[in-house]
Amino acid sequence: MTKTIIDKVWEKHTVMQEENKPGLLYIDLHLLHEVTSPQAFAGLREKNRKVRRPDLCFATMDHNIPTKNRFVIDDSIALKQIQTLEENCKEYGIHLEGLESDQQGIVHVIGPELGLTLPGKTIVCGDSHTSTHGAFGALAFGIGTSEVEHVLATQTLWQQKPKQLKVNIEGKRGFGVTAKDIILALIAQYGTNVGAGHVIEFTGETVRSFTMEERMTLCNMSIEAGAKAGLVAPDEKTYEYIKGRKYAPQGEQFEEKVNEWKALRSDADAKYDKVIEINAAEVEPMVTWGTNPSMGVGISGNVPSYSDEQTQQERESLQKALHYMGLNPGQSLTEVPVQHVFIGSCTNSRLSDLRAAAKVVKGRKVHGGVQAIVVPGSQQVKAKAEQEGLHLVFQEAGFDWRDSGCSMCLGMNPDIVPEGERCASTSNRNFEGRQGKGARTHLVSPEMAAAAAIEGKFTDVRKFQSGFREGEQYARI
Amino acid sequence: MPGFKTFTGTAAVLDRDNVDTDQIIPKQFLKRVERSGFGKYLFFDWRFNRDGSPNPEFELNRPEAEGAEILLAGDNFGCGSSREHAPWALKDYGFKVIVAPDYADIFYNNSLKNGILVIKLPAETINSLKDRVAAGDQRLTVSLNKQEILSGEEVLASFSFDPYWKEMIQNGWDEISITLKYEDEISRFEKQQEAVKQPQL
Repeated sequence: MTKTIIDKVWEKHTVMQEENKPGLLYIDLHLLHEVTSPQAFAGLREKNRKVRRPDLCFATMDHNIPTKNRFVIDDSIALKQIQTLEENCKEYGIHLEGLESDQQGIVHVIGPELGLTLPGKTIVCGDSHTSTHGAFGALAFGIGTSEVEHVLATQTLWQQKPKQLKVNIEGKRGFGVTAKDIILALIAQYGTNVGAGHVIEFTGETVRSFTMEERMTLCNMSIEAGAKAGLVAPDEKTYEYIKGRKYAPQGEQFEEKVNEWKALRSDADAKYDKVIEINAAEVEPMVTWGTNPSMGVGISGNVPSYSDEQTQQERESLQKALHYMGLNPGQSLTEVPVQHVFIGSCTNSRLSDLRAAAKVVKGRKVHGGVQAIVVPGSQQVKAKAEQEGLHLVFQEAGFDWRDSGCSMCLGMNPDIVPEGERCASTSNRNFEGRQGKGARTHLVSPEMAAAAAIEGKFTDVRKFQSGFREGEQYARI
Repeated sequence: MPGFKTFTGTAAVLDRDNVDTDQIIPKQFLKRVERSGFGKYLFFDWRFNRDGSPNPEFELNRPEAEGAEILLAGDNFGCGSSREHAPWALKDYGFKVIVAPDYADIFYNNSLKNGILVIKLPAETINSLKDRVAAGDQRLTVSLNKQEILSGEEVLASFSFDPYWKEMIQNGWDEISITLKYEDEISRFEKQQEAVKQPQL
């Protein structure tokens, strides 16, 4: 019988499977952070249970930490959450990259960066964007706190095998079009629950042409398509990225692993529950206009209008979204002024994202009415960007250059968008109140965010890039 | 956790699709390290005005929704983040049963693990339940054993439910204690799988 990569990883990790029951799935790597773990540790303590494999756990703090004066945490409840993680890691012998570490960062940025994320692994974290790690051909998915506790105690999870969705992306993407635009276009076309109950495998020439960091952006937003996880089968780019990283296998062991990883691909005629074809050549730089990630449109398009083809519920949903966002039906997004620009988050805060944004910003100034911040995904990304002088490009233009963390993506720390104000954001969710009560979020690529910062309104980044040589507009590694 | 067999309570309607976990429990309330006490923050931005007074427009603030324990919700309920604070808040507020056409996967799992009966029914069936509720027939009975929703003796809908989770919720079992009975199998698996030995941190 033919198998997909998902079948292969699943089978390799099934500890036991009884008929008509969920299987018991072994977990290779458990990532932890301060927000979704305290109640899990408390649960262990109440029942006097141990952590089964502290050596397969890895913790950092990212969600609620300040990105400016990071050691001064005024919010006493946030501080307690951070201290609780420190105490729990110490008590249970779990490795922690704390605030003082030069390897701290957003958990989904540092996993790959430190070589913890490897092909064929099962990876979980109490965070929905764990799907990011699927870029390496790992089966990586977000879990709740009860499941965090279960993994801590048993290193396993009871899981029904998910259905499988193949998203095949072909075609040469146009000038100025990024992985972010392609995943936003997919969600705009097929909706936020197209992947419900499924794991997505991304295939096709366009995906093969993506760098590892672009694949991470793609897999990161699988969850916004409703999927449990998204993954890309590993290839030479994957092995090249992993080679030499801190916790990755080294030397001969690495070569052995590469041979093993080469088998991690779907058989030619493998069966999927659903297949979607995307033509990357038809995608243009995207902007979301509404209050969920499917409410997006190409920059040359307009906010939707009411039409007779819509059901009453669709009309009401459109009306609610436009009311919240302060937009009019049929309006062009290029007329819409922004007051905030956020370049960061587990979707778009890696070195290549910062390079691409810096290339647009270089030699220009942030528009007078705009507050713009860059929040590197990790302290290592920050250090590397500074070695290249990217911080100077941003600072000279008027951007604030911060320390790493989740920051304005979800506004659990002091980085919040005020009520009624509008943010061009490279993050992943535009839900009501996501970046602050009453805040209006528009999801875009780092390049489009940079262009919005310069013009003070949404604009087609391609006009900034017209002087760039073919291929150079990505400036991506 | 107490087991769930049959339950009768008041139903309320939240007639919106794609209700995300940022709405169910906004992020400013995720900093607490306890599992309890989230009910007062449920749907906070919708439930309360800026001055902290209840927003009378919000569905759950209407007099007929007072004391509701069954929530009739829209499609893709609980989408967004993995925060278990969302089912904790719903449960703490008083909801024991949620009925929706579909749920986001993580929210669905999180709810089951907290003993919340998350029922999937076609939108048309839920619409007919909503009509009953709107007409003042708010007391519904949910039988997990028979997998039925009733009004008095009248069966309004039958639902399917995963047999594994049916048994777990009916008995109020703790999943970890069940898994720990399979420690030998897990240990054997670990020995077989060299791969899981790295990374050693």
